[in-house]
Amino acid sequence: MNSENRNREKMTHLRELEAESIYVLREVAAQFECPAILFSGGKDSIVVTHLAYKAFYPARIPFPLVHIDTGHNFAETIEYRDALVERLGAQLIVGSVQESIDTGRVREETGYNASRNRLQTTTLLDTIEKHKFDAAIGGARRDEEKARAKERFFSHRDEFGQWDPRNQRPELWDIYNGHKQIGEHFRVFPISNWTEMDVWQYILSERIEMPSIYFTHRRRVFQRDGQWLAAEECMKLRPEETVEIREVRCRTIGDISCTGLTISRASSLEDIIEEIASSRVTERGGRADDKRSETSMEERKIAGYF
Amino acid sequence: MERGYLDMELLRFTTAGSVDDGKSTLIGRLLYDSKSIFEDQLEAVETASRNRGNEEVNLALLTDGLRSEREQGITIDVAYRYFATPRRKFIIADTPGHIQYTRNMVTGASTADLAIILIDARGGVKEQTVRHSFIASMLGIGQVAVCVNKMDLVDFSQAVFDSIVSEYRVLAEKLGLRNVHFIPISAKLGDNVVEQSTNMVWYAGQTLMELLESAPIGKSFTDASLRMTVQGVIRPMSERFHDYRGYTGRVASGVLRVGDEVTVYPSERVSIIRAINLGEHQLTETQAGESVAVQLADDIDIGRGDLIASGKAPKVSNEIKLKVCWFNANPLLTGGRYIIRHATREVQGIAKSIDYRIDIETLTQEPAARLEMNDIAALTLKTSASLVFDPYKENRTTGSLIFIDPATFETVGAGIIL
Repeated sequence: MNSENRNREKMTHLRELEAESIYVLREVAAQFECPAILFSGGKDSIVVTHLAYKAFYPARIPFPLVHIDTGHNFAETIEYRDALVERLGAQLIVGSVQESIDTGRVREETGYNASRNRLQTTTLLDTIEKHKFDAAIGGARRDEEKARAKERFFSHRDEFGQWDPRNQRPELWDIYNGHKQIGEHFRVFPISNWTEMDVWQYILSERIEMPSIYFTHRRRVFQRDGQWLAAEECMKLRPEETVEIREVRCRTIGDISCTGLTISRASSLEDIIEEIASSRVTERGGRADDKRSETSMEERKIAGYF
Repeated sequence: MERGYLDMELLRFTTAGSVDDGKSTLIGRLLYDSKSIFEDQLEAVETASRNRGNEEVNLALLTDGLRSEREQGITIDVAYRYFATPRRKFIIADTPGHIQYTRNMVTGASTADLAIILIDARGGVKEQTVRHSFIASMLGIGQVAVCVNKMDLVDFSQAVFDSIVSEYRVLAEKLGLRNVHFIPISAKLGDNVVEQSTNMVWYAGQTLMELLESAPIGKSFTDASLRMTVQGVIRPMSERFHDYRGYTGRVASGVLRVGDEVTVYPSERVSIIRAINLGEHQLTETQAGESVAVQLADDIDIGRGDLIASGKAPKVSNEIKLKVCWFNANPLLTGGRYIIRHATREVQGIAKSIDYRIDIETLTQEPAARLEMNDIAALTLKTSASLVFDPYKENRTTGSLIFIDPATFETVGAGIIL
């Protein structure tokens, strides 16, 4: 352990955001019986997991990591996930969309734009039900998307997992009310107040190891609706679409079908931060799932999405 | 990489406004002129403006969140917005302004360091100005920026501005508001929002953005007495740390320093701080706002809801006077029972008496037998166990509490301890 005197430093915004998030995570541990972290392998859930590590050190993180696996994940994400779980001594629970398809819980979309993103909601709710999780901790941030701007830290869901924007509990000061009726549960978003820039700056200042896919690499890709997508096996190409090899990186990671890739040469955290600072498009601008309609995120949230 | 970003502070501010007073336009203007709007967001707003038949890009659409609200053209909740300049990062709690949304305004104001009060230059100080200012004062917001908007519609007249300023000063005096700043603006045209106005050369003061970038951050409570409410206890029970026992919490005020003597409430046992941890780091001292784990020199019984304190002694009582804002359609009745959550502690509470209700448009007190949604009143609360607290004006964390309905578990009211 290294010792430091922080009193003469000012409370920077990153330290304040970190303190707020750790406070929220500790409230979850105190107020719920069976919470879990929803771990997607994306940078936001990596930061949440890191914050949980700091919040409870030297004890282990008192929540399992739950990964909803669409079956269409980048191999790098899975490798990273397994190494992280090993290093933290955490418990990993995988909810499989493939299994939901095989057991007839959901039906696979067809066509060129088929995505398993929407199907995840059912798998997630089934996984919550199966393990009786009463709080699912996610890495969503309010600045990501319009429908999230009013999200609470402790977001109440009814027994169908639904989010009612008109029936959310007011949150004042730093008092969080996690009381619930039997069958109800909560989604908790400890990094609600962070922006994409904050997340990367924090990753840099804490030197958090990241999946290689966030940095530039050569990949087989194709272009659709002005976006670069990975030419992996699960993607069905239109006749006019051609595969090229480009130097790309992910700005946000979802499953393969909806993760837009950025042409980029950013090979370090410093490069990424510089790239984001000069970027004029939001990170979700690269996500096909948000483009389906002006309010698609709101619709998915009401149905029980993260 | 810019070194500056890691060195920035965070300012939280709140805005309240009704449909017509240009609040959404002002926020849109702050985001737009500070270049916090991305191309895809702007594109979406341009499309939406066109679809609605608006001639110009309607900046207000940038901040309208949910479909149900966009259809009705109103903001029904608290929405949080984020932007940064090279000097600071900002969080806006954007709230509706009508009286039926008093509770939303109170929620937005509860975490704010600064409040923007918008006044339409054509109308001057109105009932809603009084309401918004009253809430800012009750929630202890340290800085107020009074923006006199729509100056373009009064020919950028200095006389109009001056008369509103003197009118508002009377109100500020009455409410005890400190640090009030006045800025003549046009949110629609951008005058004095980010850019200095060329239409109002008679105004030599700061633009709104300059004020936001320089206003003191209210969180600097480091000089006050130490207060840390305990969230939980970390006991790893591993070989390496088998004696470790850390009390977790966020320092609400004061300085936590290794070697200092502290008193734990409600037991009033005294001990010495042996170590402070933040993750793997050991700290010798921390300042207000940090979340840490504390080890004490003595093995005393401490649990969630206890308070670690030093300096001025907190108050201890099971009968508390407070101001309440009621949040729920189910009214508060004298004798009503609630779960009271105060910092990390929960007790049972009974509303012993409603001392008076405050009409927040005339600021007069009146008797009341019950509190309806959005009412603000003075209340005497009796609790099943003594609370350890400070007056709200001294400490926002130990001076605030919420009411939870024991049947529905909804948060039904907010209390500010007098």
